[in-house]
Amino acid sequence: MATFTSKIAPSSESYAKNRQDMLLLVDQHYKLKDRAKQLSERRRDRFEERGQLTPRERLVRLLDPGMPFLELFGLANYMVDTDDRDKSIPGASSLTGIGFINGIRCMICASDSGINAGAMTQKSGEKLRYCQDMAIDKKLPFVHLVESAGANLLKYQVESWAWGGGGFQRLAKLSAAGIPTFVVLHGPSTAGGAYFPGMSDYVIGIKGRGRASLGGAALVRAATGEISDEEELAGSEMHATTTGLVEYLAEDDAHGLLIARDIIGRLGWNDKCPRPEIKAFKEPVYDPEEIAGTVPVDYRKPYDVREVVARLVDGSDFEEFKPRYGSTLVCLQANIFGQACGIVGNNGPIDPDGAAKGGQFFQLCDQANIPLVFLNNITGYMVGKEYEQKGMIKHGSKMIQAVSNVRVPKITLYIGASFGAGNYGMAGLAYEPDFLFAWPNAMTGVMGGEQAATTMDQVARSGAERKGVPVDEEALAVQKKRLIDHFDSQADAFYTSGRLLDHGVIDPRDSRKVIGFALQTCWEARNRTLQPNSFGVGRL
Amino acid sequence: MGPVIMRKFNSILVANRGEIAVRIMKTAKSLGYRTIAVYSEADVGALHVRTADEAVLIGPAPVQQSYLDSARILAAAKETGAEAIHPGYGFLSENAEFARACEAAGIIFIGPTAEAIDLMGNKAAAKRRMIAANVPCVPGYEDPDQSDDVLAAAARDIGFPVMVKAAAGGGGRGMRLVHEEKNLIPALESARSEALNAFGSDELILEKAIIEPRHVEVQIFADTHGNVIHLGERDCSVQRRHQKVVEEAPCPVMTPELRQKMGAAAVEAARNIKYRGAGTVEFLLDASNKFYFLEMNTRLQVEHPVTELVTGLDLVSLQIQVAEGAPLGLEQSDISLRGHAIEVRLYAEDTTQDFLPCTGRIEAWEPATGDGIRFDSGIDVGQEISPFYDPMIAKVIAYGESREMARHRLIEALKGSVIFGLTTNRSFLIDVLAEKKFAKGEATTAFIGDLFDEDRLTAKSPDTTEMAMAAVLLYQVERDRARAAAIFTSDQLMDWSSGGVLLTRYVFEAGEARNDVTVSPHRDGSYHVMVDDKPLKVEVMGRGENRAQLTVDGKRKRLHYNTPANSVVELTDDGRTLRFVNTIAFPLSAAGAVGSGHVVAPMHGTLLDVFVKAGDTVEVGTRLAVLEAMKMQHDILAEVAGVVEEVIASAASQVSVGDLLFEIEAAETGE
Repeated sequence: MATFTSKIAPSSESYAKNRQDMLLLVDQHYKLKDRAKQLSERRRDRFEERGQLTPRERLVRLLDPGMPFLELFGLANYMVDTDDRDKSIPGASSLTGIGFINGIRCMICASDSGINAGAMTQKSGEKLRYCQDMAIDKKLPFVHLVESAGANLLKYQVESWAWGGGGFQRLAKLSAAGIPTFVVLHGPSTAGGAYFPGMSDYVIGIKGRGRASLGGAALVRAATGEISDEEELAGSEMHATTTGLVEYLAEDDAHGLLIARDIIGRLGWNDKCPRPEIKAFKEPVYDPEEIAGTVPVDYRKPYDVREVVARLVDGSDFEEFKPRYGSTLVCLQANIFGQACGIVGNNGPIDPDGAAKGGQFFQLCDQANIPLVFLNNITGYMVGKEYEQKGMIKHGSKMIQAVSNVRVPKITLYIGASFGAGNYGMAGLAYEPDFLFAWPNAMTGVMGGEQAATTMDQVARSGAERKGVPVDEEALAVQKKRLIDHFDSQADAFYTSGRLLDHGVIDPRDSRKVIGFALQTCWEARNRTLQPNSFGVGRL
Repeated sequence: MGPVIMRKFNSILVANRGEIAVRIMKTAKSLGYRTIAVYSEADVGALHVRTADEAVLIGPAPVQQSYLDSARILAAAKETGAEAIHPGYGFLSENAEFARACEAAGIIFIGPTAEAIDLMGNKAAAKRRMIAANVPCVPGYEDPDQSDDVLAAAARDIGFPVMVKAAAGGGGRGMRLVHEEKNLIPALESARSEALNAFGSDELILEKAIIEPRHVEVQIFADTHGNVIHLGERDCSVQRRHQKVVEEAPCPVMTPELRQKMGAAAVEAARNIKYRGAGTVEFLLDASNKFYFLEMNTRLQVEHPVTELVTGLDLVSLQIQVAEGAPLGLEQSDISLRGHAIEVRLYAEDTTQDFLPCTGRIEAWEPATGDGIRFDSGIDVGQEISPFYDPMIAKVIAYGESREMARHRLIEALKGSVIFGLTTNRSFLIDVLAEKKFAKGEATTAFIGDLFDEDRLTAKSPDTTEMAMAAVLLYQVERDRARAAAIFTSDQLMDWSSGGVLLTRYVFEAGEARNDVTVSPHRDGSYHVMVDDKPLKVEVMGRGENRAQLTVDGKRKRLHYNTPANSVVELTDDGRTLRFVNTIAFPLSAAGAVGSGHVVAPMHGTLLDVFVKAGDTVEVGTRLAVLEAMKMQHDILAEVAGVVEEVIASAASQVSVGDLLFEIEAAETGE
């Protein structure tokens, strides 16, 4: 093994330019997320008036201070609620991620009830379900901090209701898998939402604030004419004493979260998982901070992906697999925080040799039980007579087949382009990577906008030639521009992340930490033994 | 080679506890004696028990049933075959009956004869004897006629102000300063009852009060061969209510001539009563260098280490030597004083609450080390300072070639020691040592009373820097606790969130003050802290179990810290210990114990009496109960007006600090 020698000079002009461009995008990302935070914070006075904590305060109070937190789907619903980039609110009115409670790795979903009283957005249900799926897969106790006005009837869509049931179905699946589920009822949880406490293993109700009923006072009055008091109808105190739906009655938000921390701590959860033998490792020789200056934000500008790897792996030390064969697909072995992994990157489109090499490398990692990390900067598989005749389809298929079926954890980062079938071979969304994050400069889609436009331009010119009519250059230019816009507007990382086509956008400088956290989460999941049951625990 | 002289004894039982028992055993062991400890049920596992070769349980915690029970101690000596008993100081050290009982049992009492103890134990008799021996005495009255009229007449003869003292006493109990005649009779009454309680005798003496004198005492040593020498003096002028706080040797204003005169007087006093062993002759020294005999202590003094450090002698070793019947082997001309030594008594007491004795468990104890630093202590981590005994934690002694060197070393040693679990007088001691008047060697017995008024002793609230440090330490301790419990994570992932900064919030409440502190980790490894509206940058340069080095806005701070409970951090900055409780980590219902109707025990102790019952109406300040702790009585008062809802306390019961005693339903105050 050898330490990589970087050719990048942090004093160079290109480094400075790259860094400036990248940090601009990073800043845009933080500003987007801040938009949701600011909106929610506007309700702070209201929360304080009611003796409540704000949603972000609840999250922090639930978590162990200073322990890592991996946010998930932070941009969910961005550009879904509205087409206006400047007005769209990311987050889908919830805060979700993997964090630690008394040292126990947990999945946490918290209603961001500072925004529209926590009413469900179009992507809220999906976001919740994906988090639940990950909790099942990664064997993470599931903690839900609920305060939601429920579905927005004005924006009712039948799909949301139809698929929405999956959020409750998964609670049952979690319980049956032997993964406990928790609800802290901070506020209302009405109608369908009432099944969140109903179907969770442990319910903590906040006195005077937490409520659960199938119909709120307004609906009841409309339905039956009965005039009822919300507390009698749905209050935590009532549920703690009369229905038995609430296990633990808390005085206030802080108390409820303390109880949640306490009961999670009492599960002895970490006694049921062996501890890894953590090997000593060195920090990368090249600071991960330098990633921002290493990568040009425009995917069309080539760079050596090994420069990125050198800023991700222990000691900037790796061994390249078959460097002289199919060299545009870079495969190498390295460690991250002491954990061995196979890393796959791109130094250009994948040719048949590269595809074959990739397929072989995935299988070798699978054989050795080494997780795979995919750094996507891929415009696609090679096209053209030469490559077709060399069996591009056959070799590319083998690579996609291998990536589909490897049994080891897959961590995917979109660090530049991820187009077409190249995305498939590099463990894109549909290939169910364990974790999938995008850098803010990432572009994904069937192809780049420019490429699509040029292709269509070519088609139009060929058609005109065939028909013998002159080319309408003006119309063609308009069409080309429209196509570029159409493609690119759907390709950028913020847009795709808003549609939950990844687990979130990250700061490229955090990549080593994100991959490390993901690898550790996968290790824990694979080493933990659960005690499943058939039907989930019933509240009897 | 001379003839072999056999020892008279080879084993020593130390009839004491705490630091002095440990200190005596150290010397005894080094001389090859087998050491035997005695201990009460409260001292199971105490340091003096572990230091000894053997140990005998002698009874329950109260001193009357253990350390003052001479029969039980003699039985322990018999059981273990102890041939000699060292009584230490306090307890049975000046009990002539005990000395006689030892002799009768054939056990050597390491101390003076019972006759000498008896004589010096009675202040009046002692003074008459000293006057006869031409030792200068304070004019006074010490006759057996104790009628008020005779005492009043005597007081008039002496001239006010006069000092009323218990004839049998010591240590300030039964002592009253009377400035005017009209206050004399009440002072006599209260002194009598206090003396009777403390010493079993209500006999009083009167003395002319010497205003603002120094307290200077001379250490003497006598063997059984007629040799009597003195080992120089100690200045113990820094006293609070007649309790010594700082002791030093030599006295800062001593001259060779004066030392020679005082030394000769002390030697004469000892010679006159055919004294044996270690003794201390206490004098008052006035501004014109006139000195008056005060009393003689017929035992090893608490403050003996300062004499040891300036003479280079081991006083316990000399005591044993004399008890063996050997000659001292030292002439007066062999004694020379070199350098300067200062001792302070580190106590578990709350100087902000009228020096209220404190109890608790020692959670951390790491005495400072360094050139010229000596700690005499009998405590250890995990040990309880119980209400049954003197709450002294340790004697801290510093030696230096000059007084200034000793003084600074002592200040640094106090600051550098890690102590948690108890409220201590440490920062008061540092303030005393740093005070200009003391630094200049000008302190008299009036020093503390004059310079340390209530205002100065009031607890100071923490500043923003201290709050920022407390929050960051709490944050890191909580983080590391979780980290230790986690299955798999890495150092590099600490303080990191992929979703941007997570703001951890703390609310510290103390009295009226409420401070909001937020901590957020920054990419560069520092913490951005907001104390209310003030931003601070805190970096943790190093952190051990109880020590930390932090930088706050570029300024380096070394401090000690402790996290005794969840969401609680104690921080010692320059010897001052502050406690921070993150009140938002607790539910609303648990907050606000102070100034509320929840009345809790302020300390461990016994409830002597309960004055209210459920349903009683109380005002702010109504006496609810009286608690006895550390031999002192404390009133428990209502902090709110209202109706007593529940009485949990019952008379004659033991309570622990923080125990709920009463619930008072506060009355509506109206707007």
